[in-house]
Amino acid sequence: MSGIPTTGPVPIGVPAVAVAAVDKVFDTKAGAVTALQSVDLTVAPGEFVSLIGPSGCGKSTLLRLIADLDQPTTGTVSVFGKTAHQARIDQDYGIAFQQAGLLPWRSVRANIELPLELHGVGKAERGSRSSELIELVGLTDFADSYPDQLSGGMQQRVAIARALAESPRLLLMDEPFGALDEMTRERMQTELVRICGETGAAVVFVTHSIPEAVFLSNRVVVMSPRPGRIRDVLAVDLGGARGDELREDEHFFAGVSAVRELLHGDAAPGARARGVENR
Amino acid sequence: MSAAGLIGTRLRVRRGGSVRWRRVGLGALGLLLLALLWEGYKAIGPATGVVVGDLTVLPRTTDIAMPHVWDIATRLTEPVNTRSDALPVWQAVLEAAAFSLGVAAVGWLVGVTIGLLLALLMQRFRTAESAVLPWVVLSQTVPLIAIAPLVRRWGATIQFGDFEWQGWMSVAVIAAYLAFFPVSIGALRGLGSPDANHVDLFRSYAIGWWATLWRLRLPASVPFLLPALRLAAANAVIGAVVAEVSIGLRGGIGRMIIEYAQSGSGDPAKTWAPILGAVVLGLVAAGLVALLGLALTRFRRGEVAA
Repeated sequence: MSGIPTTGPVPIGVPAVAVAAVDKVFDTKAGAVTALQSVDLTVAPGEFVSLIGPSGCGKSTLLRLIADLDQPTTGTVSVFGKTAHQARIDQDYGIAFQQAGLLPWRSVRANIELPLELHGVGKAERGSRSSELIELVGLTDFADSYPDQLSGGMQQRVAIARALAESPRLLLMDEPFGALDEMTRERMQTELVRICGETGAAVVFVTHSIPEAVFLSNRVVVMSPRPGRIRDVLAVDLGGARGDELREDEHFFAGVSAVRELLHGDAAPGARARGVENR
Repeated sequence: MSAAGLIGTRLRVRRGGSVRWRRVGLGALGLLLLALLWEGYKAIGPATGVVVGDLTVLPRTTDIAMPHVWDIATRLTEPVNTRSDALPVWQAVLEAAAFSLGVAAVGWLVGVTIGLLLALLMQRFRTAESAVLPWVVLSQTVPLIAIAPLVRRWGATIQFGDFEWQGWMSVAVIAAYLAFFPVSIGALRGLGSPDANHVDLFRSYAIGWWATLWRLRLPASVPFLLPALRLAAANAVIGAVVAEVSIGLRGGIGRMIIEYAQSGSGDPAKTWAPILGAVVLGLVAAGLVALLGLALTRFRRGEVAA
């Protein structure tokens, strides 16, 4: 991931994300629920890290902590050496959710320009940036369409373009392809790999699809539920030029099997070895 | 959601001239049917009305109770009374309706403003919602007849500088009192309508509550607000007409209905003129709000779920 044309300078040695000894406890009517317990995670600049695990393992919660949409109960979250809060104020990350979350009254172009507009970027600059992004996500013919005129995949591409609008050095994605059909999903994955290659942004990507995690990531973080913990981290790294042929590659299958084995330790939580989780 | 969006798109595409004319035609047909029903019942119904036990279920069909449709229409074109400078009835009715519309419009504006402010307050502070909302609901259970004299009495005590409380202001206040309710409830729902998704997104942009309000909550509330504004318009008109009667304000359609009804036995067709005027008044008020809806079409698009 060399040559970063659209993102700002990355300080040497400062991780994109550093999560240290984080616990997250939600107070519910039924009592305290531990969503995350002693989580440590470091994401290097330009690195693609997936969080995978069954529902309830706290992967989305972890992403929300990094995004400063929630605060950890104990422990620290830092983004590019700042607190998560400061990073949000400084707009150091772009975010995309499972639902595209486009504003229905805004055209594709206006949706992509939304963060720029909210942060007072001038009209001309907004226009050129959105044109760039519209081309990047391949929606040139739909710039003036409205979200209700687009397919789910197209909407999600707009959401990704919007997340990239301010050239963030970090992209946070919460199951962005979760609601798409398998064909669209694979195409979007290939596009995301290309886009990340072009922008050099670090990505924290929440998913519950094993092949998706393996295909996209440099590292896959496998999490286990109740309480949410990081069970293991698997370096995958299938190389920079990932195309569809990779899906037939033996390294890909090996990665998928490895992640699946790590995940399936969940089947018998009572019997699982404590030693596996001592991260 | 997706089906509704699709139908919406089709409607927008098809809303050409022919559709509009067909609507006008259907509207005229409805009026014609109403006139036919009126005359039909008048022709075959018993003169004493349909009475079950002691209860009159359908009205008497005498010329005094139900004048012919054409008599009502003719009466509209004739002068109000025998004075030489008397206006034709239709003109007098329209003038009164315009007066009431003006008062109702002031009431509507005040009511909408108060309703929106209350909704904003309740949206901004959760505690305000639990504190204010019950009172908002409760306010509508107070009978109009009870508050009208109170408003007039309080208003009469207000006086500063050259400003003096006018009778029409009391009527506008009562119209506002009825109009604010649907707006505050509709706006509260509308302002709270954005998905958690959208709210998180705006939070990630690290912008304040006001910017979120302007860019997200207000636009998202339009589909909830428009029906509320329409209800508010209807309420403001009803409030104005009824308040004119209870306060005794001259010049409006409410007072005119009472005045003309008093001449009912001698001039039955005239009684119906201001009632028609009140109907027109309601239609115009609804039409004005519909125009507002047209201006806000952009915000009424539905998003197809991804």
